[in-house]
Amino acid sequence: MEQIFFYIFAIVAVASAIAVISVRNPVHSAMYLIVCFLQVAAIFILLRSPFLAAVQVFIYVGAVMVLFLFAVMVLDIGKESFGEHMHSQAIPAGITVLGLLAVVGWLISKGKITVPLGKYTEEVLTKNTEVVGKSLYTQFIFPFEVVSLLLLIALVGAIVLVMKEKGKGAGSTRP
Amino acid sequence: MPDIATLLAVLLIVVKVGVVTMILFGLPLPLTWLERKVAGHIQVRLGPWRVGPHGLLQPFADMIKLLFKEDIVPYKADKLLFNLAPLLSMVPAFAVFVAIPFGDSVMVPFINKEVTLYISDMNVGILYILAIGGLSIYGIILGGWASNSKYALLGGLRSAAQMISYEVAMSFAAVGVVMMSNSLSLLEMVKSQSGSFLNWNIFYLPVGPVWFAIFLIAGLAEINRIPFDLTEDEGTLAAGFHTEYSGMKFAFFMLAEYVAMVTISVLSVVMFFGGWNAPLQVPVPIPPIFWFVAKAGALIYFFMWIRFTLPRYRYDQLMTIGWKILIPVALVNLLVTGFMRI
Repeated sequence: MEQIFFYIFAIVAVASAIAVISVRNPVHSAMYLIVCFLQVAAIFILLRSPFLAAVQVFIYVGAVMVLFLFAVMVLDIGKESFGEHMHSQAIPAGITVLGLLAVVGWLISKGKITVPLGKYTEEVLTKNTEVVGKSLYTQFIFPFEVVSLLLLIALVGAIVLVMKEKGKGAGSTRP
Repeated sequence: MPDIATLLAVLLIVVKVGVVTMILFGLPLPLTWLERKVAGHIQVRLGPWRVGPHGLLQPFADMIKLLFKEDIVPYKADKLLFNLAPLLSMVPAFAVFVAIPFGDSVMVPFINKEVTLYISDMNVGILYILAIGGLSIYGIILGGWASNSKYALLGGLRSAAQMISYEVAMSFAAVGVVMMSNSLSLLEMVKSQSGSFLNWNIFYLPVGPVWFAIFLIAGLAEINRIPFDLTEDEGTLAAGFHTEYSGMKFAFFMLAEYVAMVTISVLSVVMFFGGWNAPLQVPVPIPPIFWFVAKAGALIYFFMWIRFTLPRYRYDQLMTIGWKILIPVALVNLLVTGFMRI
């Protein structure tokens, strides 16, 4: 039963991911990306991590994609519609993707890609967001703090980039 | 082949989902009538009066009108997204109610079975609601974009900016409530507020009322109601994102808006007003669902009252309130709540 659901989500996710890069209209492309994110969230639920699923929908679908659409919507679609931007990169890209798929496929078939549950049972992980919180704030506190620092730097950087120098900034600062 | 018990459980879920959906579809009928009556009386006039006694049949007349209106799709609109947008705004508004607990379990007569008055008790309930509730913005943004009209596009853009700004404050309020109740599950939240009304989160002094104020203001902005309905500001944007919509598609947008208002009211009841818990121990047995509906109803009335009392903010004021007032206040309040919970 679970497998059937997994295949439904996986197929839709892959199909929409392909659609993201193949449709011409950027807004449609963003829509397909949303579909893809939602499928990934569904797969997180199948993997017994409702917290991750909720966060995926909340952050990626709810916030990041709204900003994406915000930027994309103001483009002039008639002119900005994606032409052939592949140039001569199609062949190297294809080889890279095939290589990646081969490596991942080999690892999976050998059973090398597994994540041990550690001391937790599947049941505990499903029910408890606490487990995620505790390990994030104890065992993984250093990477957690590093990531938050990085985000802060990115935030300050974004503000510095859009801010105009004093005296010149008569116009709007909106992108 | 699954056994009978599993099938019955699935059937029960389907029935519950059906009942909740039907109630939500029906709610706008009394609510539109009430809203216009409230508007009328606040502005010292009668409100709907001619169709039926006290204009009670007015919503049905409106419904018939909307059903028979010509469904116009603008030339050069993006047909697919234009048709999809009303659904995109409606489905998340309904899906939120999966996680909302209307009451604890009750015994159903005739079948003698204990039935819980919620569809699912998720351990990430509040996150689910915020996440799914945030999705209904896509209907508005895409509706605005797909119409291929400048008023609609500007309405959609405004709502996107507004939504992003206020979602931060709203999430902070949710974090505050999670800290006060020690749980992400809405069921646990309500249980932590049982007893008298002094245990309600809004009376968790001094931070409770501040969290409620932040939640209420952010909620008003999220559901695009006055004083924050910049997306459909008729003075500058015609009708905003739904300028080009008519007939049932327009009705779907309105339906989503009303359901969103109900969601914010119900969510406030669950998060701040103790859910279905009685405010005081009363000697007469009153079913808990009564308290729930009464509190939600009072809040819905409050929203209508606000709508016909306050003027609309300017767009820059809206952004100032969101970023420069609500978020700093929320951050300070978060710190205070943290110290209180140690």
